[in-house]
Amino acid sequence: MAVMSYIQAVTSALKDEMERDDSVFVLGEDVGQKGGVFKATEGLYDQFGESRVMDTPLTESAIAGVGIGAAMYGKRPVAEMQFADFIMPAVNQIISEASRIRYRSNNDWHCPMVIRAPYGGGVHGALYHSQSVEAVFANQPGLKIVMPSTPYDVKGLLKAAIRDDDPVLFFEHKRAYRLIKGEVPDDDYVLPIGKADVKRDGDDITVITYGLGVHFALEAAEKLEEEGISAHILDLRTVYPLDQEAIIEAAKKTGKVLLVTEDNKEGSIMSEVSAIISENCLFDLDSPVQRLAGPDVPSMPYAPTMEKYFMINPDKLEKAMRELAEF
Amino acid sequence: MSQVENRHSELGLSDEQVLEMYRTMLLARKIDERMWLLNRAGKIPFVISCQGQEAAQIGASYALNLDKDYVAPYYRDLGVVLAFGMTTRELFLAAFAKAEDPNSGGRQMPGHFGQKKNRILTGSSPVTTQLPHAVGIALAAKMDGENIASFVTLGEGSSNQGDFHEGLNFAGVQKLPVITMVENNKYAISVPLERQIASASVADRGVAYGMPGYQVNGNDPLEVYGVVKEAHERAMNGEGPTLIEAMTERLTAHSSDDNDKAYRSAEEIEEMKKKDSLISFAQYLRDVGVLTEEKEQALNKEIDDEINQATDEAENAPYAEPEDALKYVYAEEGGE
Amino acid sequence: MAVEKVEMPQLGESVTEGTISSWLVGVGDQVNKYDPIAEVMTDKVNAEVPSSFTGKITELVASEGDTIEVGGLIAYIDVEGSDGGSEASSGSGEQANESAEEPSQASQDQSMKKRYSPAVLKLAQENDIDLNQVEGSGKGGRITRKDVEAVIASGQVPQASTATSEPQVASQQQPSQPAQSTQPSSPSPAPSAAQGDVEVPVSGVRKAIAQNMVKSTTEIPHAWMTVEVDVTNLVKLRDQKKDEFKQKEGYSLTYFAFFVKAVAQALKEFPELNSMWAEDKIIQKKDINLSIAVASDNQLFVPVIKHADDKSVKGIAKDIVELAGKARDGKLTNDDMSGGTFTVNNTGSFGSVQSMGVINHPQAAILQVESIVKRPVYMDGMFAARDMVNLCLSLDHRVLDGLICGQFLQRVKSILESMNDDNTSIY
Repeated sequence: MAVMSYIQAVTSALKDEMERDDSVFVLGEDVGQKGGVFKATEGLYDQFGESRVMDTPLTESAIAGVGIGAAMYGKRPVAEMQFADFIMPAVNQIISEASRIRYRSNNDWHCPMVIRAPYGGGVHGALYHSQSVEAVFANQPGLKIVMPSTPYDVKGLLKAAIRDDDPVLFFEHKRAYRLIKGEVPDDDYVLPIGKADVKRDGDDITVITYGLGVHFALEAAEKLEEEGISAHILDLRTVYPLDQEAIIEAAKKTGKVLLVTEDNKEGSIMSEVSAIISENCLFDLDSPVQRLAGPDVPSMPYAPTMEKYFMINPDKLEKAMRELAEF
Repeated sequence: MSQVENRHSELGLSDEQVLEMYRTMLLARKIDERMWLLNRAGKIPFVISCQGQEAAQIGASYALNLDKDYVAPYYRDLGVVLAFGMTTRELFLAAFAKAEDPNSGGRQMPGHFGQKKNRILTGSSPVTTQLPHAVGIALAAKMDGENIASFVTLGEGSSNQGDFHEGLNFAGVQKLPVITMVENNKYAISVPLERQIASASVADRGVAYGMPGYQVNGNDPLEVYGVVKEAHERAMNGEGPTLIEAMTERLTAHSSDDNDKAYRSAEEIEEMKKKDSLISFAQYLRDVGVLTEEKEQALNKEIDDEINQATDEAENAPYAEPEDALKYVYAEEGGE
Repeated sequence: MAVEKVEMPQLGESVTEGTISSWLVGVGDQVNKYDPIAEVMTDKVNAEVPSSFTGKITELVASEGDTIEVGGLIAYIDVEGSDGGSEASSGSGEQANESAEEPSQASQDQSMKKRYSPAVLKLAQENDIDLNQVEGSGKGGRITRKDVEAVIASGQVPQASTATSEPQVASQQQPSQPAQSTQPSSPSPAPSAAQGDVEVPVSGVRKAIAQNMVKSTTEIPHAWMTVEVDVTNLVKLRDQKKDEFKQKEGYSLTYFAFFVKAVAQALKEFPELNSMWAEDKIIQKKDINLSIAVASDNQLFVPVIKHADDKSVKGIAKDIVELAGKARDGKLTNDDMSGGTFTVNNTGSFGSVQSMGVINHPQAAILQVESIVKRPVYMDGMFAARDMVNLCLSLDHRVLDGLICGQFLQRVKSILESMNDDNTSIY
């Protein structure tokens, strides 16, 4: 067991998979010699060379589109979008192409491709370096969207994503990169995509979240434990398609559910989670399903006051969790 | 007879090969015409035509290695997919949206080609998305040391999309064996060429992406063959990508849902029909003594029979089960 | 002069800590604002960190090689000419303490007591739990799923069938008590006052009256009947005795005392009317405790004449006077107002000749004694001027029917009509 940071787990997973399988290669802006603007691909260029750790032009649609072509040929490309915010030029390639290749060809072709992108706020990144973009893609059957919270999950899920035979969007919380550290086993393990994970067991309230929200929830839960409030925390890990079974089980467990995302509230992943709960859990619910999310403004502003107002944080979670417990 | 210069021998094409090219052009034309009849008879909902572009499609295809090269065709490339190995029956199965359609199992509209065993990439309706895919194929093959070319086609309207420029630039930077052929039929549905492109030609754009750009007469399969052959050699020699602009005609409306009389004059259409490559290429073959009257009659009968049989079979073939709509969103459990 | 803190700056978007690779200044060094003071290495960049102040370094808190999280203290600097009032930290100083505790004012608020969640209703139904008897720990007294689960786990499930009359009777509330009624308020929107209207604030007592009236009229299916009684003889009797009585006792001998006496006597024979509805049973009360309505200003009190059947007319008259006096002086005790089993209402004192009383929950009936009026009545083959009074009974139709009530009223009528000097003792 080694303790590594969230971003080290990304690098470690890429390295392991590239060593294991020659068809895996990395492409994106600055991923080569620089090792990525966040250093996620650090060392890979030296180990695997420029053909497998490829610096591309600033050309998000082609990064996705060329990756799709290579995947159809039989490669397992791992494309990096420098920031999730910049994925938008590639949306046509991801949604119209990657997500539909298997279906539209009646299982003749498939597209085993991973697109990694750092997302999330709280880093003074303002409108275009802070966004959560998962909701844009979260109604596109054919795609899978993974958003891990811990180094252990990052490594196990990124390896699973690379080995998956369908396109996977792998969103990494950029604030978690160096903030979150954790134990990661040395052995070759993969975690199942599509499965949520109980990060804390409790019986007063249920918090369902993902990404950095998991850590905020855990922190708030520790404080509330002192007040006698016991929080159950479910980490979605895969936000599309959702692990309905785990969501239903977690919601039924306490009947009081708080859904947390740092994305804008309306139309977020949590809107869908809420719908799943209301479809399946009515007679186990003990309170209205609550959502804690960013306000419905385009994205978080640069000024620290406004950024803080937009972002979720442990204090906001603690307050919302306490209110739900008291209901 | 043989007053006319034998151009195909100069290109290294045998009489059998040019006759085969003509047969494929004629087959493409006759399949397309049958589909219009089926549409107007209310039997199939939609047709989008290759008519007027067969020479460019077949001229180019026969210059490729049809056993190894990959193609990312666009919706008019009936001639290209025939050359790459798709059968008449398969094309009618697609037109009737039947379960056995190899392109999509009846999921996509006609013209959305794809067939892995013949290395035809699956396509969509948003235009030009296939161009970066072709670049990706070339990149992957190069990584594996496979000496193949990746052929991609599109209309001139599509050459204004971002993916055209992003894809060509990527191919240029990486010097990838990509052959891009723009089939310029001078209309993006109703918008004429002069309102689409500011540069003198699409071929001119090649220089911006570090590759040669050629404009060719797309009504002459031999001229197209020659240019694509050269591009293929460049690709095989590691000299990188080539952009080719084939000037063609669109003999029909944009699709079965379009009325081109609204934006094209009768004179223009008449003028265009005189340039029909099926007529001029047949004449060339007659002039050089490759196509005799007996051969022509036999060929027509053979193709008509093939089309009649394929139409009947496809019409009577089963549809997919309704619940098959749920299949193949992701890999099935337990592998492919 | 003031000492300022030098903190580890954030050097890059995802950077959360930095390592001091070397100090470029030492303790005692004078530095200007923006002079480099340390070399810091992070995952993303290596950078010289400039000073944010002009002054003298007083302490290097972090050593070379130390990894300090962003915002962590690395040095102190003595700033000249500063009053020290400035914000030391470069980061976001304000800590909007939204989560600061809100004092629990929830404890006595019971507004959510009867708002049941789907989970609570389901559990209560499955386990046959009477939610009326479950304490709620949620906001506004709401019964939470956990509350119900705890009840089930305890094995002591309060069931509606075993609830019996006890809590029902024990919890009976008199309208005079400005009690915390659990009655949900009317769902229809309240009217708003227009210009020129006078808004009278609703006092606690008025509110209690209102809630009890709502409860009585929504819960009890009312039915009514009226009899006409000839009290000519009673009037004569009372006229004969009243002056003497007043002189002797010091208070008035009212008609109402005779009516109360007659009702008490009739109730003894018709215990059905001296009863109350208890959901799955009807409880006939042994004691005859008659509630009487006493109005004072805009308040309505309903004190009780205990054991009215044991009392003489005089005794009843005395109780009435005392209770009315207490009501006026606001001195009624809880005991004065509890335990009523039937209500007699002296509507005649307002000049009313007919009315429909609202039953005093949880009693089964109320009798309105209207004004005595002289009317020509045809009797014994001729018209005669007689003193007539209407007795109007409101009955809980769940408990009572017309037949028994008719018999009861006939009995009261006959008692009253036979009251005369010969057979009626005041004492």
